[in-house]
Amino acid sequence: MRRSYGDVRRRPSGGCEVARRRAWSSITAANYGLWVASRATLRAVAVHPSAAHPIQFELNGAATAVSGLPPTTTLLAYLREHAGLVGTREGCAEGDCGACSIAILEIDPDLGSSWRTVNACLILLPTVHGKTIRTIEGVGSTESPHCVQEALVRHHGSQCGYCTPGVVMSLFEAHHRTDLDEAWKFDDQLCGNLCRCTGYRSIRAALHEIAGRGARNPTEVQNEHKPRTPGDVHYTHNNERFIRPQRWSQLWEAMDTYTDHTLVAGGTDLGLEVTKKHRRFPCLIGLDGLAELSQLSWRDGTFRVGATVRLSVLERAASERLPMLARMLRYFGSRQIKNRATAGGNLCHASPVGDLAPVVLALGGALLLRSRESERRVKAEDFFIGYRKTALRIGELLVAIELPLPAPGVHVGAYKVSKRRELDISTTSAAFWVEVERSGIVARARIAFGGLARTPRRAHRVETALTGTPWCETGVVAAAAQLAHEFTPVDDVRGSAWYRLKLAQNLLLGFYHETLSPRAAGPTPARPCGTVLP
Amino acid sequence: MKTPDANAWRHCNGSAVYVDDIRWVRDPLVAYPVVSPHAHADILEVDTVSASGLAGVHAVLLADAIPGSPAIGAVTADEALLAHDRVHYCGQIVALVVGDAPDTARAGAEAVCVRYRQLDAVLDIEAAIAAGSFHGTPHRIRRGDVDHPLDRAPLRIRGTVHSQGQDHFYLETHAALAIPGEGGEMTVYASTQHPTGVQTTVAAVLGIPRHLVRCEVTRVGGGFGGKETQAQGYAALAALAAQHTGRPVKLRLDREQDMSQTGKRHPFRSHYDAGFHSDGRLLALRVRAYSDGGWSTDLSEAVLDRALLHLDNAYHLPNVDFEGRVCRTNLPSNTAFRGFGGPQGMLVIERILDRAAQELDIEPSLLRRRNLYGDPSRNTTPYGQRFAADHLIRLWDELRSISSFTQRRSEIEAFNSDSRFIRRGIGITPVKFGISFTTASLNHGGAFLIVYADGSVQLNHGGVEMGQGLRDKMVTICAQGLGVTRDSVRPMPTSTDKIPNTPPTAASSGSDLNGAAVAQACGKIRSRLATVAAQLLGVEAASLKFAGGRVMSPGADGAHGGPHGGPQCSFADVAAQAWRQRVPLSAVGSYATPGIAYDRERGRGTPFHYFACGAAVAEVEVNGLTGEYALRRIDILHDVGKSVADEVDRGQIEGGFIQALGWISCEDVRFDDAGRLLTRGPSTYKIPTIGDVPTDFRVTFFDGPPSPAILGSKAVGEPPYMLALSVVSALHHAITSWDESATDLPPLALDLPCSPQAVLCAIEHRKVTSNPDASA
Repeated sequence: MRRSYGDVRRRPSGGCEVARRRAWSSITAANYGLWVASRATLRAVAVHPSAAHPIQFELNGAATAVSGLPPTTTLLAYLREHAGLVGTREGCAEGDCGACSIAILEIDPDLGSSWRTVNACLILLPTVHGKTIRTIEGVGSTESPHCVQEALVRHHGSQCGYCTPGVVMSLFEAHHRTDLDEAWKFDDQLCGNLCRCTGYRSIRAALHEIAGRGARNPTEVQNEHKPRTPGDVHYTHNNERFIRPQRWSQLWEAMDTYTDHTLVAGGTDLGLEVTKKHRRFPCLIGLDGLAELSQLSWRDGTFRVGATVRLSVLERAASERLPMLARMLRYFGSRQIKNRATAGGNLCHASPVGDLAPVVLALGGALLLRSRESERRVKAEDFFIGYRKTALRIGELLVAIELPLPAPGVHVGAYKVSKRRELDISTTSAAFWVEVERSGIVARARIAFGGLARTPRRAHRVETALTGTPWCETGVVAAAAQLAHEFTPVDDVRGSAWYRLKLAQNLLLGFYHETLSPRAAGPTPARPCGTVLP
Repeated sequence: MKTPDANAWRHCNGSAVYVDDIRWVRDPLVAYPVVSPHAHADILEVDTVSASGLAGVHAVLLADAIPGSPAIGAVTADEALLAHDRVHYCGQIVALVVGDAPDTARAGAEAVCVRYRQLDAVLDIEAAIAAGSFHGTPHRIRRGDVDHPLDRAPLRIRGTVHSQGQDHFYLETHAALAIPGEGGEMTVYASTQHPTGVQTTVAAVLGIPRHLVRCEVTRVGGGFGGKETQAQGYAALAALAAQHTGRPVKLRLDREQDMSQTGKRHPFRSHYDAGFHSDGRLLALRVRAYSDGGWSTDLSEAVLDRALLHLDNAYHLPNVDFEGRVCRTNLPSNTAFRGFGGPQGMLVIERILDRAAQELDIEPSLLRRRNLYGDPSRNTTPYGQRFAADHLIRLWDELRSISSFTQRRSEIEAFNSDSRFIRRGIGITPVKFGISFTTASLNHGGAFLIVYADGSVQLNHGGVEMGQGLRDKMVTICAQGLGVTRDSVRPMPTSTDKIPNTPPTAASSGSDLNGAAVAQACGKIRSRLATVAAQLLGVEAASLKFAGGRVMSPGADGAHGGPHGGPQCSFADVAAQAWRQRVPLSAVGSYATPGIAYDRERGRGTPFHYFACGAAVAEVEVNGLTGEYALRRIDILHDVGKSVADEVDRGQIEGGFIQALGWISCEDVRFDDAGRLLTRGPSTYKIPTIGDVPTDFRVTFFDGPPSPAILGSKAVGEPPYMLALSVVSALHHAITSWDESATDLPPLALDLPCSPQAVLCAIEHRKVTSNPDASA
């Protein structure tokens, strides 16, 4: 038997340096071992240049500084492999199961600061610089459990237990939320946590028991957990770097200096490149530090959405004044994804099934693009120029999306069909904007689809067919027939070409019938059998 | 409510440890498999030179590194642990790279060069039948004469029922950690339902006796059958690498590897020919069932057997001729999955009955009731096992009543006649599921109980906790059996050096088999302690009562006895006294299910100890524009016997139902035309989320016939899965509401999964006038 513990080879990536100010209150044998190991390697990497600019954040109440790891290290990998916090688990490494859910204290424009559940598997470690983070280990202990844990135990909401810490973290956010006031929001809160055992009924019972119970005055929360200003970051490890500029000048400088840069905001898509394709990025530029990019405003009939506005923030903001957008966001990713993903990221990714795109197209939106030298507005329909290709030029970035609010009387609707309603990628998505004259004749129409072509795009032949004809079923069916001449969708795991086309036609028909009924304009339904409900 | 199991607290605070969470083993090496990109190919050359030279790579192992048996397998050793001359499916492991971190092991795996020569591949059931590519032998069950009644039947229907595979999607992927010890011993922590299977396989592969191998399992993060046989290979690879390097080695699959390398629920294709009386009674049924076993045998024959044994579901079929075969294809080897063929068999009969009801214009729940097992002339299964079944009709009528079935059905008919795009449907289906492994030799349980002199107890048994609440139930049985409190019983990890030669924890049998063994061990210890306590208290041993951690003589009720009660003492006092008297404080319990035997050659016998029964009513709402649907309400009436743990059983019923809802609705396993799995992660493979579960979800326990199992309880792991077939029946009702011209329409064929696309396609086919072009 060969036993060779003596000649352990060093990891090529070097060690990891962990420093904490406060002593751990509930240190376990397992992570104590790692703590010792980390201290040992600390000396080994002390001369490493990155040690000068560590990533700093607050983890379960302890100030933490990390260096010596590549900037593409995910938060999940850090927690499990370097911090010894193994209660946060990997179920899929693609943000689709929620087993890795953790909470980050975020500054919300309306709510002050608030705990937000996110998928640790998709978060790159440097992007949490300056943040306050809570993992399952920081939520309660066997001796003094948190009330969300008590509720879950009382309702027998765990079976195999593997997904349970993630579920607890989603309950933890729900516990602190002040806005869980509609039935659909309860499903939305938990749809990012897959459980294969329970059938969810017991988990939902626990959610109902604790939702909003921990909601306090936002300032109170803010004082308790002071989120530090993020600060600028310039983190390097070997030949990889992460830069987070605070000012535009710093941004332009970084973009010019590192021509091989990649911009990152929420990183929910970039994270997949790391976890699934194991890609490394020589220079990541984080956009979180630029305040202008996260602004929302309503002015002169236009809804201006900053590029890095989180989708959960957008959903909340749109709920009253642009319900069409809010409804689309209901079945858009999960709570964890929406807490992280940004409006700009969804559009710049230019996926044919990016669900914001049809809404922006139908509303006749424009995209504000800025470079060091200039600024320009591009109409949404000119933005998507090819499969995952946009009109963005080198050195340019998306600043904001401008959405003209539909005038009173204009019919609008947005729909999405997928194999599963929640947390699924569209088979077909659609958004419609139809202005009907008093005479009943369609004056103008913008009809946009996702999932039918290589880019999200408008159906101009359908629009032409509708315009000038009566807004009636015969007219709509005739116009919808044009879709077959305009699109040749593909067959894939999400649906056949026949189904995609049929859906596009039926969604338009269903939209027409919705415009006849007042129901459509009402609140988001709790358990609909689809998003189109004539 | 009783105190929740300590396990639940550990789940909720993150301190429950799964294999990948083990941190007390320092710096294990990491193994990463190199897999075939082809479904069928000859291996021409494997070049490991550049991989071996990479920094951090400790070993690259090929088949020739295996000192023992190069082939493994649950029943037949027909799976090369590491392929050496040929690969039989896309994802088959050719080499194993051992590195000091996941990144280095993966880089090493990418550096291994394998040259292949591709061969023709068999990729589905149709191709396998055409090529005569099968595993094992056919299984046939016959009763009476089929041809004659079929020829004369007032209604004769023929058709085919397809059902899809299903990925287990346990949240914890396959993982094993192997630690070499002195003298060639090997300890393996594995995420497995079958520790003995792991021990056996590791020993065979390493070429060492089983006594050198210990497999320990504290808990499994979901199994559902997927870790009954398929954990063995990964554990053996980890052990092989550990033996080779002399270091602990961990092998953990990521989600994509897990989904693309491991087997799933068997897809089935069943041709039927059925004859009905005009009153709806089924007169004769012929079924030819084909399953897709994948590339190796695994448990496929047993799965097929159970499918055939459940083609009758809860119905008396006077004349039958069932025959089944397992197809061999170049796909991952399909394996056990909750229900184990039962769902695939029951789906066939339920589809036949819905179709017959439609053609005979009989309300489907009435037609089903006419076919249920019942009086003594109608209480024998096709394979000859008696089924005392008067309670089935009682269960059926009770469920119809508590679910207001008749009233709701007419309300739905009224709703549908008035609604153009949104339609509803309601369906009711029964479940009768046979309890026992159909391989009789597996039906045994074991327990080993240790009482320490302070009265604390270690409970060992042969079952694995994987979320089904076995640990909770065993603690209850043990605490009750010894008369101690639950918190004085510590459930131990399942370990092959405590309980040897165990069957897998499967077939819904974990509680029945191990519970009986635990109860027996408790009885042995209690009778020894009673003798000791009788001397201690000066009373008759037979009169003593053990309860709540106290040992009491007659009259000593309550915790303190008092001046008027008889003498009593604590369980710990008795244990301490027993130790002083040198009375042994440990005991072994064992159990073997009596009276079961099945002759597969003849298709006759008594394969089951008893049957677990239930029924469900599902109401769906279907969107006629998109094919999407939602469950409006579920009513379940299910017989769990005298439940050992109410909430655990309820969780099994709800969880099983929703898991089956996934199989029925959104879970769609897809391979491309080269045999590569397309749906290899949750972004493309969708299991139910919280929004798929009806808010109105009613579960009631049925007061059924007595159970022969432990404490009068009944097995509950698998039976509720098949309750979800009620959803298919409800969809049938909703979709046929669109029928425009009943006489011209072909019967509604509804194959699984009933995805929104499949449902919309079906609806379009009902609207003959409007959409002749519907095809998808």
